[in-house]
Amino acid sequence: MLAVSDLKIHYRTLAGSVKALDGVSFAVGDGEIMGLAGESGCGKSTLGKALIRLEERMMFVGGQVALDGERLPIADDRAMNPYRFRKVSIVPQYAMSALNPTRRIGRMIDELLAARGLKGSTLRPELERRLAILGLTPDVLGMYPIELSGGMKQRVVMVLSTLLDPSLLIADEVTSALDVASQKKVAGALVEFRDRGYVKSMIVVTHDLAILAQIADSILIMYAGKLAEKAPTRTIVEAPAHPYTRLLLGSLPEVGIRFEEKRLPGIKGRPPSLLSPPVGCRFRDRCPLAFGKCVEEPPFIEIAAGHQVACWKADAHAQG
Amino acid sequence: MLKVENVSKVFRSGAFGGKKAKVIHDVDFEVKPGEVVSLIGESGSGKTTVGRMILRLTSVSGGRITFEDEDISTLRGAGLKSYYRRVQGVFQDPFSSFNPIFKVGRVFRTIRREFLGDLDAAAWEARLTGALNAVGLEVAALDKFPHQMSGGQLQRLLIARALVLDIRLLIADEIISMLDASTRIDVLNLLGDLKRQGLSIIFVTHDLALGNYISDRIIILQKGAIVEMGTTDRVFGDPQHPYTRSLLDAVPHLHERWSDAELKDLGLVADTARFGGHLIEHRKDHLVRVYS
Repeated sequence: MLAVSDLKIHYRTLAGSVKALDGVSFAVGDGEIMGLAGESGCGKSTLGKALIRLEERMMFVGGQVALDGERLPIADDRAMNPYRFRKVSIVPQYAMSALNPTRRIGRMIDELLAARGLKGSTLRPELERRLAILGLTPDVLGMYPIELSGGMKQRVVMVLSTLLDPSLLIADEVTSALDVASQKKVAGALVEFRDRGYVKSMIVVTHDLAILAQIADSILIMYAGKLAEKAPTRTIVEAPAHPYTRLLLGSLPEVGIRFEEKRLPGIKGRPPSLLSPPVGCRFRDRCPLAFGKCVEEPPFIEIAAGHQVACWKADAHAQG
Repeated sequence: MLKVENVSKVFRSGAFGGKKAKVIHDVDFEVKPGEVVSLIGESGSGKTTVGRMILRLTSVSGGRITFEDEDISTLRGAGLKSYYRRVQGVFQDPFSSFNPIFKVGRVFRTIRREFLGDLDAAAWEARLTGALNAVGLEVAALDKFPHQMSGGQLQRLLIARALVLDIRLLIADEIISMLDASTRIDVLNLLGDLKRQGLSIIFVTHDLALGNYISDRIIILQKGAIVEMGTTDRVFGDPQHPYTRSLLDAVPHLHERWSDAELKDLGLVADTARFGGHLIEHRKDHLVRVYS
């Protein structure tokens, strides 16, 4: 169980601080796969990364993160170390570059485990068993990364990241660089590992809502450093309440939709700069429903069980 | 208009080019005026190589490519320049297509110098404004640096750069893969509008949904060979080749969830590529590769 409250992370830049994550609160339950979606620059990757390691440019401004009731010291790089890999783990976006190209995969894994004070040989049977679950033979351990396809590498990294049964796994755009067939396998692997209890909760960060519709239990939509909407997957897909979620879903061409027959609208305009974000609702400038009250910031409130939205018109919307 | 006739490509590698790898096998298709044709395939299918051969960025090893009945491999000097006035490409990463040190307008000045030097200032301005309007941008956008613009805007600028010339054919190689969903659709709609005005487009992508949205005809490539080709309705509505079917099955849909069994079918990705065989006409406007 992960609980994040009022988390604020800014980036240091020459022009000032970029408020990439501006007070977000949410929880991920045990056994839950939460999808985290939004457009580039909305803060979704920042959120994912902040939960495991703050990059040098990232500045912890405030908030709290608790994992299984224990407070995670995310602002303190060294104090976080005992939690990484054991409690919180990540599958990075480019698994291709996460593997050392000069080492055979088995040896690289042994070295990594040794660096954490663990013995490769004792974990080897479990490692091979988990590789087999994902359709990989133990032969891959004797291979160099270059001998594997992108999807295979992604799965190897997944097995490695979850080898110590972490409580929380962050999967950062793990399917984005893959072809449809490998994408499906990696998505299936995430669900399989959750079902087997290797990982308690999962945050799947992606811009691809269609893949989240397949594997996520709930979806959290972010916009310009703030939370826009969180709900069970079906609700987000079938009955979204935030105008941004609706427009985002409406701009997805699905197989079967043709330009000639149905021109999809897209969303006009661009997200605001996070150097000095506007007061009030940040989606206001692009929103077709914006009215006077939107200059005040809408609270992120529950409009139905498990369905939270930050929009002044959400209530009326959900009913009508 | 464009005819790709039995084109193949062999890459040589090794110290003296001793090793050969045939990456394109007898690809044969045609693009008519005002037609959008999607080249769809996974990584390594050769879709980008085909696009590059049409743009003459990669040479052809066998077969030939003709544009308006002219063999493009023989073009030199003025002939080649005239070819590039009619055929242009836009590629995947808009950020690396611009020099970050210069304002984006420089790309247009280069085009003018190279291709349209004989145009007077007023005529050039009119042409430039027309091209920018067509992609929904203001002339003021030219005074910005690449980092001040979004990926979608940069990609539209690159399309405008092609439109400044009298292009008849645009090769769009994964031009929206790096863009966000909301800007993606803007660029796709723009391509649709341009097609209505008579532009032919070869849309190279690995995303079947995007190919479906925009195309008149679909070409499915696997390991450098065409396995299925036909009108969009036929190929997506009634796929014949097992590879096309497996691709379509793997596309995630918003409103329809994969069953547990489907999702957890984690066996090794079967290598279904089979070489040889030949394309037969399954129905009108629908070719499928069969193996004897």
